[in-house]
Amino acid sequence: MINNVPSLLHTPLMSGMNALSGITVLGALVATSVAISGQNPILSGFLGGLAIIASMINVVGGFTVTDRMLKMFSRKEKHHE
Amino acid sequence: MNRTLALGLEAFSNTLYYVLVGVLVLAVLFGIYLMSKVEKAKTGNRISAVAMALAIILTLVKNAILPVWILYVCLAVGLIIGLILAFRVKMIEMPQMIALFNGFGGLASAIVGGYALFGIGSGADSFSRIVATIAFEIGIITFFGSLVAAGKLHRVLPQKQITLPMHKIWLIALFAGCVFGIMLSFFSSVDPIIVAIISFAVSTGFGLIFALGVGGADMPITISLLNSLSGVAASISGLAIGDALLVAVGGIVGASGLLLTQIMCKAMNRKLFDILFGGAKHTPQVKQNVEKTPEPDKEKVEEKETLDPVSLAKTAKDVIIVPGYGMAIAQAQHLVKQLADYFRDNNARVRYAIHPVAGRMPGHMNVLLAEADVDYDDLYEMDSLNDDFKTADLAVVIGANDVMNPAAREAEGTPIYGMPILNVDQCPNVFVFNYDLKPGYSGVENPLYSRKDGLYLFLGNASETLKDFLNKL
Repeated sequence: MINNVPSLLHTPLMSGMNALSGITVLGALVATSVAISGQNPILSGFLGGLAIIASMINVVGGFTVTDRMLKMFSRKEKHHE
Repeated sequence: MNRTLALGLEAFSNTLYYVLVGVLVLAVLFGIYLMSKVEKAKTGNRISAVAMALAIILTLVKNAILPVWILYVCLAVGLIIGLILAFRVKMIEMPQMIALFNGFGGLASAIVGGYALFGIGSGADSFSRIVATIAFEIGIITFFGSLVAAGKLHRVLPQKQITLPMHKIWLIALFAGCVFGIMLSFFSSVDPIIVAIISFAVSTGFGLIFALGVGGADMPITISLLNSLSGVAASISGLAIGDALLVAVGGIVGASGLLLTQIMCKAMNRKLFDILFGGAKHTPQVKQNVEKTPEPDKEKVEEKETLDPVSLAKTAKDVIIVPGYGMAIAQAQHLVKQLADYFRDNNARVRYAIHPVAGRMPGHMNVLLAEADVDYDDLYEMDSLNDDFKTADLAVVIGANDVMNPAAREAEGTPIYGMPILNVDQCPNVFVFNYDLKPGYSGVENPLYSRKDGLYLFLGNASETLKDFLNKL
């Protein structure tokens, strides 16, 4: 699937995949919800919150920059037609 | 409220959950598939994004944590920061932004793994602890490695390889330390705090030293590798907390990231292992054999030697433009486009030669040129036009250096040795619009600059030198 990607798409693809790797947000949600009901809710809440925020930045930022890059390609196409 | 929720959740059978997981995984795969086609890529990216949003909702519902308000606060904060960063970043800074995002993902995986190590969100058996430790370590390596990569690309850190004495031994020792940490976690008698401290120390060291030891030219590959690693970290942390969706998507990212890394390695003719552990490969002051530069077609040179660059530009009928990162730094894309238009108005054929790693990453240059309205039908990949340099009238290099450095063919022991390059040196006439003649990102001198015939240097900020030249035309 990845093998026949034209090299002009490598950067967007890497960036899109990078966004997907933020899937760890799921784990962060689950673990945080468990952690804040345990002992030491403040510390675990802080760490868990950090994890959610960090992975969410990864996801949202990743998809958005990918979209921005890809838009430029498609804009060009319309020009051309 | 809680009762209705509980009732609803009971009905929410496991089977349904796994069916939905399957659907979402397929959606992600389909999204990646579409992203490999130019026309469909945008849709593909959006499908993946929607799948991700649904995955978050599914996870909230499945784990009955919908009412935990603090989660939404964190999600919202992350969302806003992510959007701000993504909209403010300039295209030229994209590689370091991606590296930074990737680091955040790694950090999150490390925290999830860390939780699981303490039995939070996971079982207390040794399997869970081992898996948790692996996720923790890979997450930390990804985090620190990505930070260093981003710092190097952003020129906050020196771009050259920074190696310790006995670099390889350090790396091996730290790697062994990582394995040791994982083994420690097997024993329930060892306090998880100790496992965490040891693992943190060794994987931090490994991530930093490994990334610092990678030379500038290998950075794209490193980022791609770290990207794949963060997928692996996510997947393994999914194992630790028993989340099927996390395992599956993380696995996909890990696998496809590795494939992409391989493709890039091939494009740059580098071995992954050398990059990882080849920190010892210095940037030596290898003596370069200037004379070896292949002589261009003699007749042509003599015939045109008397011409000044302006008349040369006026008569050129077959022009190849070689854009590099320097062009992007000087923001000279639009001027390059003007120059290309000038040639074209003279009925010349104009093509852009795109080296696989022009810019800072494969495809980065395409993005930058697309931003300047260059038609991507004019962009040619290296392999498809590299033989045409011999027959072209003129090669115009703008802010590119390493990708056309003939030393890659001859100067053994340099970081770029063996990298496929654009055969600019075979072109009878070469214009070079570079800032200076200093070595490029890889730190290797370019023997092309000492060529005597048919080489025209325009040194300085490409925006200004190009403007001057355009005025003369």
